[in-house]
Amino acid sequence: MIWNKEAECMPFEERGKLQLERLKAIVKKTYENVPYYKKRFDELKVKPEDIKTLKDISKLPFTAKADLREGYPFGMFAVPFNEIVEIHTSSGTTGKPVVAGYTKKDIEVWGEVMARALCMVGATKDDIIQNGYGYGLFTGGLGVHYGAQTIGATVVPISAGNTKRQLEVMLDFSTTIITCTPSYALHLAEVASDMGITSKDIKLKAGCFGAEVWTEKMREAIESKFNLIALNIYGLTELIGPGVAQECPDKSGLHISEDHFYPEIVSIDTLEPLPEGEKGELVLTSLTRDGMPMIRFRTRDITSLKREVCKCGRTLVKMERITGRSDDMLKIRGVLIFPSQIEKALLEIKGIEPHYQIIVTRPHHLDELEVQVETSKEIFSDEIRHIEAMKKKIENHIEKSIGLRVKVTLVEPKTLPRSEGKAKRVFDKREL
Amino acid sequence: MKIKQISVFLENKRGRLLEATESLAKAGINIRALSIADTSEFGILRLIVPESEKAKEVLENSNFTVRENDVIAVGVSDSPGGLASILRILNDAGINVEYAYAFVQKSGEKAVVVLRIEDPETGIKALREKGVMLLSSLDVQQL
Repeated sequence: MIWNKEAECMPFEERGKLQLERLKAIVKKTYENVPYYKKRFDELKVKPEDIKTLKDISKLPFTAKADLREGYPFGMFAVPFNEIVEIHTSSGTTGKPVVAGYTKKDIEVWGEVMARALCMVGATKDDIIQNGYGYGLFTGGLGVHYGAQTIGATVVPISAGNTKRQLEVMLDFSTTIITCTPSYALHLAEVASDMGITSKDIKLKAGCFGAEVWTEKMREAIESKFNLIALNIYGLTELIGPGVAQECPDKSGLHISEDHFYPEIVSIDTLEPLPEGEKGELVLTSLTRDGMPMIRFRTRDITSLKREVCKCGRTLVKMERITGRSDDMLKIRGVLIFPSQIEKALLEIKGIEPHYQIIVTRPHHLDELEVQVETSKEIFSDEIRHIEAMKKKIENHIEKSIGLRVKVTLVEPKTLPRSEGKAKRVFDKREL
Repeated sequence: MKIKQISVFLENKRGRLLEATESLAKAGINIRALSIADTSEFGILRLIVPESEKAKEVLENSNFTVRENDVIAVGVSDSPGGLASILRILNDAGINVEYAYAFVQKSGEKAVVVLRIEDPETGIKALREKGVMLLSSLDVQQL
Protein backbone atom coordinates (compact mmCIF):
# COMPACT_ATOMS: atom_id res chain seq x y z
CA MET A 1 0.00 0.00 0.00
CA ILE A 2 1.21 3.48 -0.87
CA TRP A 3 -0.11 6.48 1.02
CA ASN A 4 0.87 9.25 -1.42
CA LYS A 5 1.51 7.71 -4.82
CA GLU A 6 2.22 11.02 -6.50
CA ALA A 7 5.01 11.94 -4.09
CA GLU A 8 6.37 8.48 -3.35
CA CYS A 9 6.45 7.20 -6.95
CA MET A 10 7.39 10.46 -8.67
CA PRO A 11 9.80 10.03 -11.62
CA PHE A 12 13.40 10.75 -10.62
CA GLU A 13 13.83 13.80 -12.83
CA GLU A 14 10.63 15.41 -11.74
CA ARG A 15 11.50 14.87 -8.07
CA GLY A 16 14.93 16.36 -8.64
CA LYS A 17 13.30 19.54 -9.94
CA LEU A 18 10.97 19.66 -6.95
CA GLN A 19 13.89 19.17 -4.57
CA LEU A 20 15.92 21.94 -6.18
CA GLU A 21 13.01 24.33 -6.07
CA ARG A 22 12.43 23.54 -2.39
CA LEU A 23 16.13 23.67 -1.55
CA LYS A 24 16.49 27.15 -3.06
CA ALA A 25 13.50 28.39 -1.08
CA ILE A 26 14.58 26.90 2.26
CA VAL A 27 18.16 28.15 1.91
CA LYS A 28 16.93 31.67 1.21
CA LYS A 29 14.49 31.55 4.08
CA THR A 30 17.07 30.19 6.49
CA TYR A 31 19.63 32.81 5.50
CA GLU A 32 17.14 35.61 6.01
CA ASN A 33 15.55 34.40 9.24
CA VAL A 34 18.10 32.51 11.29
CA PRO A 35 21.03 34.72 12.40
CA TYR A 36 23.14 31.65 13.17
CA TYR A 37 22.93 30.43 9.57
CA LYS A 38 23.50 33.92 8.15
CA LYS A 39 26.74 34.09 10.12
CA ARG A 40 27.84 30.62 8.96
CA PHE A 41 26.98 31.35 5.30
CA ASP A 42 28.86 34.64 5.45
CA GLU A 43 31.91 32.96 6.98
CA LEU A 44 32.00 30.57 4.01
CA LYS A 45 31.22 33.42 1.61
CA VAL A 46 28.24 31.58 0.22
CA LYS A 47 24.95 33.22 -0.75
CA PRO A 48 21.54 31.60 -1.29
CA GLU A 49 21.84 32.53 -5.02
CA ASP A 50 24.86 30.19 -5.28
CA ILE A 51 22.50 27.22 -5.19
CA LYS A 52 21.89 26.55 -8.87
CA THR A 53 21.85 22.75 -8.87
CA LEU A 54 21.30 20.12 -6.18
CA LYS A 55 25.06 19.42 -6.17
CA ASP A 56 25.67 22.99 -5.02
CA ILE A 57 24.41 21.91 -1.62
CA SER A 58 27.99 20.90 -0.82
CA LYS A 59 28.89 24.60 -0.72
CA LEU A 60 26.70 25.03 2.35
CA PRO A 61 27.90 24.68 5.94
CA PHE A 62 27.22 21.56 7.99
CA THR A 63 25.14 21.70 11.12
CA ALA A 64 26.29 19.60 14.09
CA LYS A 65 24.38 18.78 17.23
CA ALA A 66 26.71 21.06 19.19
CA ASP A 67 25.77 23.99 16.90
CA LEU A 68 22.14 23.50 17.82
CA ARG A 69 22.99 23.64 21.52
CA GLU A 70 24.61 27.00 20.95
CA GLY A 71 21.24 28.40 20.00
CA TYR A 72 19.48 26.81 23.00
CA PRO A 73 16.58 27.06 23.48
CA PHE A 74 14.90 28.86 20.57
CA GLY A 75 17.79 30.35 18.60
CA MET A 76 17.31 28.09 15.55
CA PHE A 77 13.66 28.96 14.97
CA ALA A 78 12.93 30.66 11.65
CA VAL A 79 9.45 31.99 12.35
CA PRO A 80 8.00 34.40 14.92
CA PHE A 81 7.50 32.48 18.16
CA ASN A 82 3.72 32.76 18.06
CA GLU A 83 3.68 30.54 14.96
CA ILE A 84 5.26 27.66 16.89
CA VAL A 85 2.51 25.28 18.01
CA GLU A 86 4.57 22.46 19.50
CA ILE A 87 7.99 21.88 20.99
CA HIS A 88 9.96 18.66 21.38
CA THR A 89 13.46 17.99 22.62
CA SER A 90 16.07 15.30 22.13
CA SER A 91 16.94 13.20 25.16
CA GLY A 92 19.86 15.44 26.13
CA THR A 93 21.97 12.57 27.41
CA THR A 94 25.15 14.25 26.24
CA GLY A 95 24.41 17.78 27.44
CA LYS A 96 21.68 20.36 26.92
CA PRO A 97 18.87 18.88 24.83
CA VAL A 98 18.19 20.01 21.28
CA VAL A 99 14.94 21.93 21.09
CA ALA A 100 12.76 21.46 18.01
CA GLY A 101 9.91 23.84 17.17
CA TYR A 102 7.02 22.97 14.84
CA THR A 103 4.53 25.21 13.08
CA LYS A 104 1.04 23.98 12.27
CA LYS A 105 2.24 23.14 8.77
CA ASP A 106 5.25 21.24 10.15
CA ILE A 107 2.93 19.07 12.22
CA GLU A 108 0.92 18.36 9.06
CA VAL A 109 4.09 17.36 7.18
CA TRP A 110 5.01 15.12 10.10
CA GLY A 111 1.59 13.48 9.96
CA GLU A 112 2.03 13.03 6.20
CA VAL A 113 5.46 11.37 6.34
CA MET A 114 4.42 9.19 9.27
CA ALA A 115 1.24 8.21 7.38
CA ARG A 116 3.52 7.11 4.51
CA ALA A 117 5.61 5.10 6.99
CA LEU A 118 2.70 3.38 8.71
CA CYS A 119 1.00 2.68 5.37
CA MET A 120 4.26 1.05 4.21
CA VAL A 121 4.06 -1.22 7.25
CA GLY A 122 0.47 -2.12 6.28
CA ALA A 123 -1.68 0.24 8.35
CA THR A 124 -5.15 1.13 7.12
CA LYS A 125 -8.20 2.78 8.67
CA ASP A 126 -9.17 -0.65 9.98
CA ASP A 127 -6.03 -1.21 12.05
CA ILE A 128 -5.43 -0.85 15.75
CA ILE A 129 -1.98 0.61 16.32
CA GLN A 130 -0.53 0.07 19.78
CA ASN A 131 1.96 2.89 20.11
CA GLY A 132 4.66 1.85 22.54
CA TYR A 133 6.96 4.80 21.84
CA GLY A 134 7.21 7.26 24.70
CA TYR A 135 4.78 10.18 24.63
CA GLY A 136 6.09 13.50 25.81
CA LEU A 137 9.08 15.54 24.78
CA PHE A 138 10.47 12.50 22.94
CA THR A 139 9.24 12.63 19.32
CA GLY A 140 8.54 8.90 19.00
CA GLY A 141 5.12 8.81 20.64
CA LEU A 142 3.48 11.82 19.05
CA GLY A 143 5.09 11.23 15.65
CA VAL A 144 3.45 7.82 15.30
CA HIS A 145 0.28 9.29 16.78
CA TYR A 146 -0.01 12.00 14.10
CA GLY A 147 0.64 9.47 11.34
CA ALA A 148 -1.99 7.07 12.65
CA GLN A 149 -4.52 9.90 12.88
CA THR A 150 -3.71 11.09 9.36
CA ILE A 151 -4.51 7.59 8.09
CA GLY A 152 -7.56 7.32 10.32
CA ALA A 153 -6.35 4.15 12.04
CA THR A 154 -7.18 3.59 15.70
CA VAL A 155 -4.22 4.53 17.83
CA VAL A 156 -3.78 3.23 21.38
CA PRO A 157 -1.45 5.78 23.04
CA ILE A 158 -0.11 3.36 25.62
CA SER A 159 3.39 4.90 25.51
CA ALA A 160 6.53 3.04 26.65
CA GLY A 161 6.82 0.67 29.59
CA ASN A 162 4.39 -1.27 31.78
CA THR A 163 4.98 -4.54 29.99
CA LYS A 164 2.15 -6.61 31.52
CA ARG A 165 -0.36 -3.90 30.66
CA GLN A 166 1.04 -3.75 27.10
CA LEU A 167 0.39 -7.48 26.68
CA GLU A 168 -3.05 -7.28 28.26
CA VAL A 169 -4.03 -4.49 25.86
CA MET A 170 -2.51 -6.38 22.93
CA LEU A 171 -4.72 -9.39 23.69
CA ASP A 172 -7.91 -7.62 24.79
CA PHE A 173 -7.95 -5.00 22.00
CA SER A 174 -6.65 -7.41 19.33
CA THR A 175 -3.92 -4.96 18.36
CA THR A 176 -2.83 -5.45 14.74
CA ILE A 177 0.23 -3.18 14.59
CA ILE A 178 2.82 -2.48 17.28
CA THR A 179 5.26 0.42 17.31
CA CYS A 180 8.15 0.44 19.80
CA THR A 181 11.91 0.00 20.00
CA PRO A 182 13.10 -3.42 18.75
CA SER A 183 14.76 -4.24 22.08
CA TYR A 184 11.48 -3.56 23.85
CA ALA A 185 9.67 -5.79 21.35
CA LEU A 186 12.00 -8.62 22.36
CA HIS A 187 11.35 -7.89 26.01
CA LEU A 188 7.60 -8.02 25.34
CA ALA A 189 8.05 -11.39 23.64
CA GLU A 190 10.02 -12.70 26.60
CA VAL A 191 7.44 -11.62 29.14
CA ALA A 192 4.62 -12.92 26.91
CA SER A 193 6.22 -16.34 26.84
CA ASP A 194 6.68 -16.27 30.64
CA MET A 195 2.97 -15.50 30.94
CA GLY A 196 2.12 -18.44 28.70
CA ILE A 197 0.97 -16.25 25.81
CA THR A 198 1.66 -17.81 22.40
CA SER A 199 1.78 -16.16 18.99
CA LYS A 200 -1.63 -17.73 18.30
CA ASP A 201 -3.19 -15.52 20.99
CA ILE A 202 -1.73 -12.41 19.40
CA LYS A 203 -3.29 -10.75 16.36
CA LEU A 204 -0.32 -8.58 15.39
CA LYS A 205 0.40 -8.49 11.66
CA ALA A 206 3.17 -5.91 11.58
CA GLY A 207 5.56 -3.94 13.72
CA CYS A 208 7.25 -0.62 13.10
CA PHE A 209 10.50 -0.68 15.05
CA GLY A 210 13.21 1.94 15.39
CA ALA A 211 14.91 4.58 17.53
CA GLU A 212 17.95 2.33 17.98
CA VAL A 213 20.37 0.30 15.89
CA TRP A 214 19.23 -3.28 15.37
CA THR A 215 20.15 -6.25 13.21
CA GLU A 216 18.62 -8.77 10.81
CA LYS A 217 18.94 -11.44 13.50
CA MET A 218 16.87 -9.33 15.87
CA ARG A 219 14.33 -8.95 13.09
CA GLU A 220 14.15 -12.73 12.68
CA ALA A 221 13.72 -13.19 16.43
CA ILE A 222 10.92 -10.62 16.66
CA GLU A 223 9.15 -11.94 13.56
CA SER A 224 9.20 -15.55 14.72
CA LYS A 225 8.21 -14.78 18.31
CA PHE A 226 5.23 -12.62 17.32
CA ASN A 227 4.48 -14.03 13.87
CA LEU A 228 4.46 -10.60 12.20
CA ILE A 229 6.45 -8.58 9.68
CA ALA A 230 8.99 -6.35 11.44
CA LEU A 231 10.01 -3.20 9.56
CA ASN A 232 12.55 -0.55 10.32
CA ILE A 233 11.70 3.12 10.84
CA TYR A 234 14.16 5.99 11.00
CA GLY A 235 13.99 9.56 12.11
CA LEU A 236 15.51 12.17 14.35
CA THR A 237 14.27 15.08 16.40
CA GLU A 238 16.51 17.58 14.63
CA LEU A 239 14.76 16.95 11.31
CA ILE A 240 11.22 16.18 12.52
CA GLY A 241 11.18 12.95 14.54
CA PRO A 242 10.24 9.46 13.27
CA GLY A 243 9.13 9.32 9.65
CA VAL A 244 12.25 10.55 7.88
CA ALA A 245 12.59 7.08 6.35
CA GLN A 246 10.74 3.77 6.49
CA GLU A 247 11.38 0.29 5.20
CA CYS A 248 8.79 -1.29 2.88
CA PRO A 249 7.90 -5.01 2.96
CA ASP A 250 10.57 -5.66 0.28
CA LYS A 251 13.11 -5.18 3.14
CA SER A 252 15.68 -3.78 0.73
CA GLY A 253 16.33 -0.50 2.49
CA LEU A 254 14.48 2.42 4.08
CA HIS A 255 12.71 4.84 1.74
CA ILE A 256 13.65 8.40 2.66
CA SER A 257 10.82 10.89 2.17
CA GLU A 258 13.30 12.87 0.10
CA ASP A 259 10.76 15.42 -1.09
CA HIS A 260 10.94 16.65 2.53
CA PHE A 261 14.42 15.53 3.66
CA TYR A 262 17.31 15.78 1.22
CA PRO A 263 19.95 13.12 1.92
CA GLU A 264 23.69 13.13 1.24
CA ILE A 265 26.37 10.63 2.23
CA VAL A 266 29.73 12.12 3.21
CA SER A 267 33.05 10.58 4.13
CA ILE A 268 33.56 10.26 7.89
CA ASP A 269 37.15 11.45 7.56
CA THR A 270 36.99 14.22 4.97
CA LEU A 271 33.27 15.13 5.05
CA GLU A 272 33.42 15.17 1.22
CA PRO A 273 30.30 13.88 -0.56
CA LEU A 274 30.61 10.21 -1.54
CA PRO A 275 29.29 8.60 -4.74
CA GLU A 276 26.03 6.67 -4.59
CA GLY A 277 26.32 3.27 -2.94
CA GLU A 278 29.31 4.14 -0.77
CA LYS A 279 29.08 3.95 2.98
CA GLY A 280 29.48 7.08 5.03
CA GLU A 281 27.72 9.50 7.34
CA LEU A 282 24.17 10.48 6.49
CA VAL A 283 23.65 14.24 6.19
CA LEU A 284 20.11 15.58 5.93
CA THR A 285 18.67 18.92 4.87
CA SER A 286 15.03 19.71 5.61
CA LEU A 287 13.32 20.93 2.43
CA THR A 288 9.95 21.95 3.84
CA ARG A 289 10.43 22.66 7.53
CA ASP A 290 9.11 26.10 8.47
CA GLY A 291 9.62 26.27 12.23
CA MET A 292 13.21 25.09 12.35
CA PRO A 293 14.87 24.47 8.99
CA MET A 294 17.98 22.34 9.09
CA ILE A 295 20.85 22.73 6.62
CA ARG A 296 23.14 19.72 6.13
CA PHE A 297 22.59 18.21 9.56
CA ARG A 298 25.24 15.62 10.43
CA THR A 299 23.24 12.66 11.73
CA ARG A 300 26.34 10.63 12.78
CA ASP A 301 24.50 7.61 11.42
CA ILE A 302 26.45 5.37 9.05
CA THR A 303 24.65 4.13 5.94
CA SER A 304 24.65 4.19 2.13
CA LEU A 305 22.05 5.21 -0.46
CA LYS A 306 20.59 3.32 -3.40
CA ARG A 307 18.42 4.94 -6.04
CA GLU A 308 16.22 2.55 -8.01
CA VAL A 309 12.57 1.85 -8.69
CA CYS A 310 11.75 -0.42 -5.76
CA LYS A 311 9.71 -3.61 -6.15
CA CYS A 312 7.02 -1.82 -4.13
CA GLY A 313 6.79 0.83 -6.88
CA ARG A 314 8.31 3.69 -4.90
CA THR A 315 11.05 5.80 -6.41
CA LEU A 316 12.09 7.30 -3.07
CA VAL A 317 15.80 6.73 -2.49
CA LYS A 318 16.61 3.83 -0.18
CA MET A 319 19.10 3.93 2.65
CA GLU A 320 20.67 0.81 4.01
CA ARG A 321 19.86 -0.27 7.57
CA ILE A 322 21.93 1.91 9.93
CA THR A 323 24.95 -0.14 10.96
CA GLY A 324 26.28 2.21 13.58
CA ARG A 325 26.93 5.76 14.57
CA SER A 326 30.16 7.51 13.90
CA ASP A 327 30.22 8.49 17.58
CA ASP A 328 29.24 4.96 18.79
CA MET A 329 32.09 3.53 16.88
CA LEU A 330 34.58 1.95 19.24
CA LYS A 331 38.24 2.15 18.53
CA ILE A 332 39.71 -0.89 20.24
CA ARG A 333 43.46 -1.36 19.91
CA GLY A 334 43.22 0.68 16.74
CA VAL A 335 40.45 -1.43 15.21
CA LEU A 336 37.19 0.34 14.43
CA ILE A 337 34.16 -1.66 15.39
CA PHE A 338 30.46 -1.08 15.81
CA PRO A 339 28.49 -2.73 18.62
CA SER A 340 26.10 -4.03 15.97
CA GLN A 341 28.89 -6.19 14.51
CA ILE A 342 29.30 -7.92 17.86
CA GLU A 343 25.55 -8.38 18.17
CA LYS A 344 25.38 -9.90 14.72
CA ALA A 345 28.14 -12.38 15.56
CA LEU A 346 26.57 -13.29 18.89
CA LEU A 347 23.18 -14.01 17.45
CA GLU A 348 24.65 -16.34 14.87
CA ILE A 349 25.33 -18.80 17.69
CA LYS A 350 22.46 -21.06 18.64
CA GLY A 351 21.13 -20.65 22.14
CA ILE A 352 22.31 -17.08 22.67
CA GLU A 353 19.70 -14.61 23.78
CA PRO A 354 19.76 -11.16 22.15
CA HIS A 355 20.59 -9.50 25.46
CA TYR A 356 24.20 -8.50 25.91
CA GLN A 357 26.51 -5.78 27.16
CA ILE A 358 29.84 -4.64 25.88
CA ILE A 359 32.32 -3.30 28.39
CA VAL A 360 35.53 -1.64 27.31
CA THR A 361 38.35 -1.27 29.81
CA ARG A 362 42.04 -0.50 29.66
CA PRO A 363 43.55 -2.37 32.59
CA HIS A 364 47.22 -2.44 31.54
CA HIS A 365 47.46 0.27 28.88
CA LEU A 366 45.79 -2.10 26.47
CA ASP A 367 42.13 -2.04 25.52
CA GLU A 368 40.08 -5.00 26.57
CA LEU A 369 36.64 -5.82 25.36
CA GLU A 370 34.34 -7.84 27.52
CA VAL A 371 31.05 -9.13 26.18
CA GLN A 372 28.54 -10.20 28.80
CA VAL A 373 26.05 -12.76 27.59
CA GLU A 374 23.12 -14.24 29.45
CA THR A 375 23.34 -17.96 30.08
CA SER A 376 20.60 -20.01 28.50
CA LYS A 377 19.82 -23.69 28.87
CA GLU A 378 21.53 -24.38 25.57
CA ILE A 379 24.87 -23.04 26.68
CA PHE A 380 24.79 -24.18 30.30
CA SER A 381 26.12 -27.57 31.36
CA ASP A 382 26.83 -29.34 34.64
CA GLU A 383 30.44 -29.68 33.51
CA ILE A 384 32.83 -26.75 33.69
CA ARG A 385 34.82 -27.84 30.65
CA HIS A 386 31.69 -27.72 28.48
CA ILE A 387 30.86 -24.21 29.63
CA GLU A 388 34.46 -23.12 29.07
CA ALA A 389 34.34 -24.65 25.59
CA MET A 390 31.14 -22.75 24.84
CA LYS A 391 32.76 -19.50 25.96
CA LYS A 392 35.73 -20.22 23.69
CA LYS A 393 33.38 -20.92 20.82
CA ILE A 394 31.63 -17.57 21.29
CA GLU A 395 34.97 -15.77 21.64
CA ASN A 396 36.33 -17.40 18.50
CA HIS A 397 33.22 -16.60 16.53
CA ILE A 398 33.32 -12.93 17.53
CA GLU A 399 37.03 -12.77 16.74
CA LYS A 400 36.38 -14.21 13.31
CA SER A 401 33.72 -11.58 12.66
CA ILE A 402 35.39 -8.44 14.01
CA GLY A 403 39.06 -9.39 13.96
CA LEU A 404 39.50 -8.74 17.65
CA ARG A 405 39.90 -11.05 20.62
CA VAL A 406 37.23 -10.41 23.24
CA LYS A 407 36.52 -11.90 26.62
CA VAL A 408 33.11 -13.46 27.02
CA THR A 409 31.53 -13.56 30.45
CA LEU A 410 28.41 -15.53 31.18
CA VAL A 411 25.89 -13.92 33.48
CA GLU A 412 22.64 -15.21 34.89
CA PRO A 413 19.51 -14.99 32.76
CA LYS A 414 17.40 -11.85 32.92
CA THR A 415 20.06 -9.92 34.82
CA LEU A 416 21.19 -7.60 32.05
CA PRO A 417 19.04 -4.47 32.07
CA ARG A 418 16.08 -4.51 29.68
CA SER A 419 15.37 -1.09 28.38
CA GLU A 420 12.00 0.33 27.65
CA GLY A 421 13.44 2.95 25.36
CA LYS A 422 16.83 2.88 23.70
CA ALA A 423 18.95 0.00 24.96
CA LYS A 424 22.34 0.96 26.33
CA ARG A 425 24.72 -1.81 25.30
CA VAL A 426 28.14 -0.26 25.46
CA PHE A 427 29.99 0.85 28.55
CA ASP A 428 33.30 2.47 27.80
CA LYS A 429 35.17 2.54 31.09
CA ARG A 430 38.52 3.50 29.63
CA GLU A 431 40.07 6.60 31.12
CA LEU A 432 41.39 8.23 28.00
CA MET B 1 21.01 -47.39 38.30
CA LYS B 2 21.00 -43.72 37.43
CA ILE B 3 19.68 -40.93 39.58
CA LYS B 4 18.74 -37.34 38.72
CA GLN B 5 20.98 -34.44 39.56
CA ILE B 6 20.16 -30.81 38.93
CA SER B 7 22.79 -28.17 38.19
CA VAL B 8 22.37 -24.45 38.66
CA PHE B 9 24.43 -21.68 37.05
CA LEU B 10 25.65 -19.21 39.66
CA GLU B 11 27.27 -15.95 38.75
CA ASN B 12 30.06 -14.97 41.15
CA LYS B 13 27.89 -12.44 42.89
CA ARG B 14 27.15 -11.97 46.53
CA GLY B 15 24.07 -13.80 47.76
CA ARG B 16 23.34 -15.99 44.74
CA LEU B 17 23.92 -19.31 46.51
CA LEU B 18 21.79 -18.05 49.37
CA GLU B 19 18.98 -17.09 46.98
CA ALA B 20 19.06 -20.47 45.28
CA THR B 21 18.92 -22.41 48.53
CA GLU B 22 16.30 -20.09 49.99
CA SER B 23 13.96 -20.61 47.07
CA LEU B 24 14.30 -24.38 47.59
CA ALA B 25 13.66 -23.96 51.29
CA LYS B 26 10.50 -21.98 50.64
CA ALA B 27 9.22 -24.77 48.42
CA GLY B 28 9.94 -27.31 51.17
CA ILE B 29 12.62 -29.12 49.18
CA ASN B 30 15.23 -30.91 51.26
CA ILE B 31 18.70 -31.17 49.74
CA ARG B 32 20.16 -34.70 49.98
CA ALA B 33 23.60 -33.94 48.62
CA LEU B 34 25.37 -31.05 46.98
CA SER B 35 28.64 -29.83 45.58
CA ILE B 36 29.78 -26.52 44.22
CA ALA B 37 32.26 -26.25 41.39
CA ASP B 38 33.77 -22.82 41.08
CA THR B 39 35.83 -20.93 38.56
CA SER B 40 37.00 -17.33 38.77
CA GLU B 41 33.83 -16.13 37.09
CA PHE B 42 31.01 -18.49 37.86
CA GLY B 43 30.02 -21.51 39.86
CA ILE B 44 27.92 -24.59 39.29
CA LEU B 45 25.74 -25.77 42.12
CA ARG B 46 24.98 -29.48 41.77
CA LEU B 47 22.18 -30.93 43.82
CA ILE B 48 20.53 -34.23 44.57
CA VAL B 49 17.00 -33.63 45.81
CA PRO B 50 13.98 -35.92 46.26
CA GLU B 51 11.80 -34.15 43.67
CA SER B 52 14.13 -32.89 40.99
CA GLU B 53 11.35 -31.78 38.60
CA LYS B 54 9.80 -29.58 41.25
CA ALA B 55 13.17 -28.19 42.32
CA LYS B 56 13.97 -27.37 38.72
CA GLU B 57 10.71 -25.49 38.32
CA VAL B 58 11.17 -23.57 41.56
CA LEU B 59 14.68 -22.48 40.55
CA GLU B 60 13.65 -21.56 37.02
CA ASN B 61 10.86 -19.42 38.39
CA SER B 62 13.50 -17.57 40.38
CA ASN B 63 15.34 -16.91 37.07
CA PHE B 64 18.13 -19.45 37.50
CA THR B 65 19.46 -21.44 34.57
CA VAL B 66 18.96 -25.09 35.50
CA ARG B 67 19.81 -28.37 33.85
CA GLU B 68 18.95 -31.89 34.80
CA ASN B 69 21.19 -34.86 34.09
CA ASP B 70 21.92 -38.39 35.23
CA VAL B 71 24.61 -39.39 37.72
CA ILE B 72 25.23 -42.55 39.66
CA ALA B 73 25.41 -42.91 43.44
CA VAL B 74 27.29 -45.76 45.04
CA GLY B 75 27.55 -46.90 48.63
CA VAL B 76 31.12 -47.54 49.78
CA SER B 77 32.49 -48.62 53.10
CA ASP B 78 33.50 -45.73 55.35
CA SER B 79 37.05 -46.94 55.80
CA PRO B 80 40.43 -46.27 54.17
CA GLY B 81 40.39 -47.41 50.53
CA GLY B 82 36.60 -47.30 50.22
CA LEU B 83 36.53 -44.79 47.35
CA ALA B 84 39.75 -46.09 45.81
CA SER B 85 38.21 -49.54 45.32
CA ILE B 86 35.34 -48.01 43.30
CA LEU B 87 37.67 -45.88 41.20
CA ARG B 88 39.87 -48.92 40.51
CA ILE B 89 36.89 -50.75 38.99
CA LEU B 90 36.02 -47.78 36.76
CA ASN B 91 39.63 -47.30 35.79
CA ASP B 92 40.02 -50.92 34.81
CA ALA B 93 36.87 -50.63 32.71
CA GLY B 94 38.45 -47.61 30.93
CA ILE B 95 35.88 -45.12 32.19
CA ASN B 96 36.75 -41.53 33.05
CA VAL B 97 35.21 -39.69 35.96
CA GLU B 98 34.07 -36.16 35.11
CA TYR B 99 33.56 -35.23 38.74
CA ALA B 100 32.53 -36.77 42.05
CA TYR B 101 31.38 -35.73 45.47
CA ALA B 102 30.79 -37.77 48.59
CA PHE B 103 29.08 -37.62 51.93
CA VAL B 104 28.99 -39.78 55.05
CA GLN B 105 25.77 -40.29 56.93
CA LYS B 106 27.02 -41.73 60.15
CA SER B 107 30.69 -42.22 60.84
CA GLY B 108 31.85 -45.78 60.33
CA GLU B 109 28.83 -46.81 58.27
CA LYS B 110 28.44 -46.55 54.50
CA ALA B 111 29.54 -43.43 52.67
CA VAL B 112 27.72 -42.33 49.52
CA VAL B 113 29.66 -41.20 46.45
CA VAL B 114 27.95 -39.36 43.61
CA LEU B 115 29.76 -39.82 40.30
CA ARG B 116 29.42 -38.28 36.89
CA ILE B 117 31.11 -40.73 34.53
CA GLU B 118 31.72 -40.79 30.82
CA ASP B 119 29.87 -43.92 29.85
CA PRO B 120 27.25 -44.63 32.53
CA GLU B 121 25.93 -47.87 30.96
CA THR B 122 29.33 -49.59 30.89
CA GLY B 123 30.25 -48.13 34.25
CA ILE B 124 27.12 -49.39 35.96
CA LYS B 125 27.68 -52.83 34.47
CA ALA B 126 31.29 -52.96 35.67
CA LEU B 127 30.37 -51.84 39.18
CA ARG B 128 27.53 -54.34 39.42
CA GLU B 129 29.74 -57.19 38.34
CA LYS B 130 32.04 -56.41 41.24
CA GLY B 131 29.11 -56.35 43.65
CA VAL B 132 29.15 -52.61 44.32
CA MET B 133 25.93 -51.25 45.81
CA LEU B 134 24.26 -48.71 43.52
CA LEU B 135 21.66 -46.43 45.03
CA SER B 136 18.28 -45.92 43.39
CA SER B 137 16.33 -42.66 43.40
CA LEU B 138 14.24 -44.13 46.17
CA ASP B 139 17.34 -44.93 48.26
CA VAL B 140 18.52 -41.39 47.82
CA GLN B 141 15.20 -39.96 48.90
CA GLN B 142 15.37 -41.98 52.08
CA LEU B 143 18.87 -40.90 53.00
